[in-house]
Amino acid sequence: MCGIVGLFLKDPKLEPRLGQLLTDMLVTMTDRGPDSAGIAIYSGAEEGQAKLTLQSASPETDFADLDVALAKAIGAPVSVAVKSTHAVVDLPAGKLDAARQALASHRPAIKVMSAGESIEIFKEVGLPKDVAARFEVAKMSGTHGIGHTRMATESAVTTMGAHPFSTGADQCLVHNGSLSNHNGVRRVLKKAGMTFETENDTEVAAAFISHKLQEGKKLGEAMEATLTDLDGFFTFVVGTKNGFGVVRDPIACKPAVMAETDQYVAFGSEYRALVNLPGIETARVWEPEPATVYFWER
Amino acid sequence: MQTFDLEAEGLRALNSALHALKGQTNMTAWEVINPKGAHAIAAGVDAPVEITVRGSTGYYCAGMNKLATIRIKGSAGPGVAENMMSGTVIIDGDASQYAGATGRGGLLVIKGNASSRCGISMKGIDIVVHGNIGHMSCFMAQSGNLVVLGDAGEALGDSLYEARLFVRGKVKSLGTDCIEKEMRDEHFLIVEDLLRRGEADAKARPEEFRRYGSARKLYNFNIDNAQSY
Repeated sequence: MCGIVGLFLKDPKLEPRLGQLLTDMLVTMTDRGPDSAGIAIYSGAEEGQAKLTLQSASPETDFADLDVALAKAIGAPVSVAVKSTHAVVDLPAGKLDAARQALASHRPAIKVMSAGESIEIFKEVGLPKDVAARFEVAKMSGTHGIGHTRMATESAVTTMGAHPFSTGADQCLVHNGSLSNHNGVRRVLKKAGMTFETENDTEVAAAFISHKLQEGKKLGEAMEATLTDLDGFFTFVVGTKNGFGVVRDPIACKPAVMAETDQYVAFGSEYRALVNLPGIETARVWEPEPATVYFWER
Repeated sequence: MQTFDLEAEGLRALNSALHALKGQTNMTAWEVINPKGAHAIAAGVDAPVEITVRGSTGYYCAGMNKLATIRIKGSAGPGVAENMMSGTVIIDGDASQYAGATGRGGLLVIKGNASSRCGISMKGIDIVVHGNIGHMSCFMAQSGNLVVLGDAGEALGDSLYEARLFVRGKVKSLGTDCIEKEMRDEHFLIVEDLLRRGEADAKARPEEFRRYGSARKLYNFNIDNAQSY
């Protein structure tokens, strides 16, 4: 099954509550997939700054003195906030690539979960309530976010196999379903220069969209292309720095419900996920049509 | 009136109380508050009672219903009234995929739109949809009637048996072995009766509908197609 939730805020007054609202929505979806859970939060960044979210299986050693080591390697000030197995690194935007290279050579066991100006991704094996508590997601503020709770079908239950997948700056994707042509698409994308961390089908979908965006396509066009080039069952929810999108395959057997008010656009695999949002009683609630791209950008 | 707060008392308590009603009962009117999209609300009821659900429901609301009249004052999730045997289910809002699937009897009324696979494999249920229905509706539908005041999506009635499909609006495409058929006197009577019972007689007239049914070409093995297998 898998459960997906998403929230795109239009009203800045709700931004301090993004983490709390998204956590509640995701916990409601726990019985759709208890293997692992993850959340992407777009929390904004200061002008000229960027963020890396890192993950390590041995955070005590990998994250020790990481700020000093990275600052030295890239020649710029760096701050590191460790949260359990993850760490968020704040650094000058122009130093992102240098920092990734330094990490790969100095601390090769560290995995990069996300990179960009706004995005932070936290994901682990376990129940949504435990994963959210571990990373204190409920305390986070932001403009939009996506959550996923996984019932694995296509690859192993591991931290890296959890969603969201991020394959480009400030981009992420979550998926309910399974793809049948992901090996073929992965080969094509590898030839085009995309890199992969897992054998997971969803990572291929994320990279497919990132590759289209790299080619200069707009978010809507990139999502439209999934309908012709990806084979299988899918409901995708996609995040970018300024946007939030939804697309379902033409058969549309993976459930989806959306709600929109003046304050937000919300997505849930089931209506249950949306019932505690403010103003849901008077929201426009609908089921997204098959093979139709929906997206919102600010 | 029995009022049941689903959030406070839980689904099992509700369905146990409803399942305890057998045959004639003096507790004939029930109201469920705070449904909040929960699954399997009032599934498996087998008594002539009236149940009103004040809000939207999750998967399989009113599944396997027998005798009861169940009103949903909101929208319904996937599989509403699945395998209904008898009674009536009326949804004020929209219904998600496979509404009324495999239903054997009774009447399902959807006042909004129904999404994909509405009435899939229906076996005697009557379904009235005031709005539109999605793709693959009535796939392999065996008997019963579907009345749609709006439009139908792709592949309506694919591999249809003997269910009768009446659509007032556009049909995006017909599925394999589904064809348009003549509206005869008995069909106008069926539609008239269902529009009235489906609370839609003020919205549409029987002569506005077209009928679709099985071409019956898939009923028997055709030796000319042997090389295709």
